Amino acid sequence: MRAMSRKIPEEAYQKTLSYRLRQWLDGTRDPFLDTVEMKQQKAFREDQKTVRKRKEEKKKLFEKIYDVENNAELRVFRKLYQTFCVLFCIFLVIMLLIAVSYLPSFGNPQNPVNNEVAERYIEKGLQETGAVNIVTGMILDYRAFDTLGESHVLFIATCTVLILLRKDKKKGDKEEISDRVHEPKNDVILQTAARILVPPIIIFGIYVILGGHLGPGGGFSGGAIIGAGLILYLNAFGFKKTERFFTEKTYKRLSVCALGCYCLAKSYSFYTGANHIESVIPLGTPGAILSSGLILILNICVGVVVAGTMYTFYVMFRKGGY
Amino acid sequence: MQIFTYILLGFLVVCAISVSLSKNLLNSILIFMSYSLIVSIIWILLESPDLAITEAAVGAGITTVLFFITLKKIHAMVDSDQEKGDESDEQKNS
Repeated sequence: MRAMSRKIPEEAYQKTLSYRLRQWLDGTRDPFLDTVEMKQQKAFREDQKTVRKRKEEKKKLFEKIYDVENNAELRVFRKLYQTFCVLFCIFLVIMLLIAVSYLPSFGNPQNPVNNEVAERYIEKGLQETGAVNIVTGMILDYRAFDTLGESHVLFIATCTVLILLRKDKKKGDKEEISDRVHEPKNDVILQTAARILVPPIIIFGIYVILGGHLGPGGGFSGGAIIGAGLILYLNAFGFKKTERFFTEKTYKRLSVCALGCYCLAKSYSFYTGANHIESVIPLGTPGAILSSGLILILNICVGVVVAGTMYTFYVMFRKGGY
Repeated sequence: MQIFTYILLGFLVVCAISVSLSKNLLNSILIFMSYSLIVSIIWILLESPDLAITEAAVGAGITTVLFFITLKKIHAMVDSDQEKGDESDEQKNS
């Protein structure tokens, strides 16, 4: 770590800002420990007298104000409140229905949505992107930048869940031991069902990802299916089995690799597109599995990110860490 | 086919209202899951199978599972019969 171009003595190095910053980062020394005066917090204790007084006041308050049978004012207010609630809801529903009635009818060819953009997508989509499924061609070629943002949203959501629900292993939370207390331990029905169902589910997810440019499907839905299969496997066999192949490290590496790969692939096509350079990636014959340029790679990247994210969400919610 | 769509839309409204009116949280989640399933069938009728697959996998599958775990974590999914047994379990653990 201390590889420097200019050699300085150890004592001089210890006075530098970077050494202190490193110490603070590593947690070996707290800069405020001896310099700032700290007092222990006092436990808050309430007097017996004040407790009694407070309870009496509360009781009086409830008798005076919240007594529905004798307090006519409150009764009227409650009735009014309920009627106004219903009236407001009806008003809102009517307003929204009126707004909807002004919208152009569904499927009308004269709608403002059917402009030259949609025409271009439908007429030249297959020729320009090479994807038989126009929807995939749209979201992963014409609008791939949006999809990149969506993948990052998922990644950020996982980071937030990690921050919020994570348990500190150093503090030694004991809840991890009771992780499977309320679960059906080694449930035979669940395990047999999982043994039969999980391989087809995961293979179907892979099929949906790989066939995204040929038919319905794509990275997001396929990734979600694989994530669901992993969750079923985890529920049937427990964390010990899944941790053999999927840990926090695996997730981090997979998602960083997939997002980086997506960024690189898309930067290439943005660069060539903006500078009017012919892309060297062949579009291939439409309908073949290895066709439509970068779409297959992008689908795989999105699928990996989504599958990892779904599984990580489940694990985080369930026990707050791998 | 038109009638089938109307029936599904009617189910959708019924599901949406009964989610908020149901007293039992577990029932609410199950109704919410069926709401997602109906929406995914409607997507197929509107000829967008891509969205239907995603809706079925995310809405009916993973969201429901996450709801279930959350309910279990906040101990809101305890049956009245099992209440005593679970409490004694927790005391043992703590």
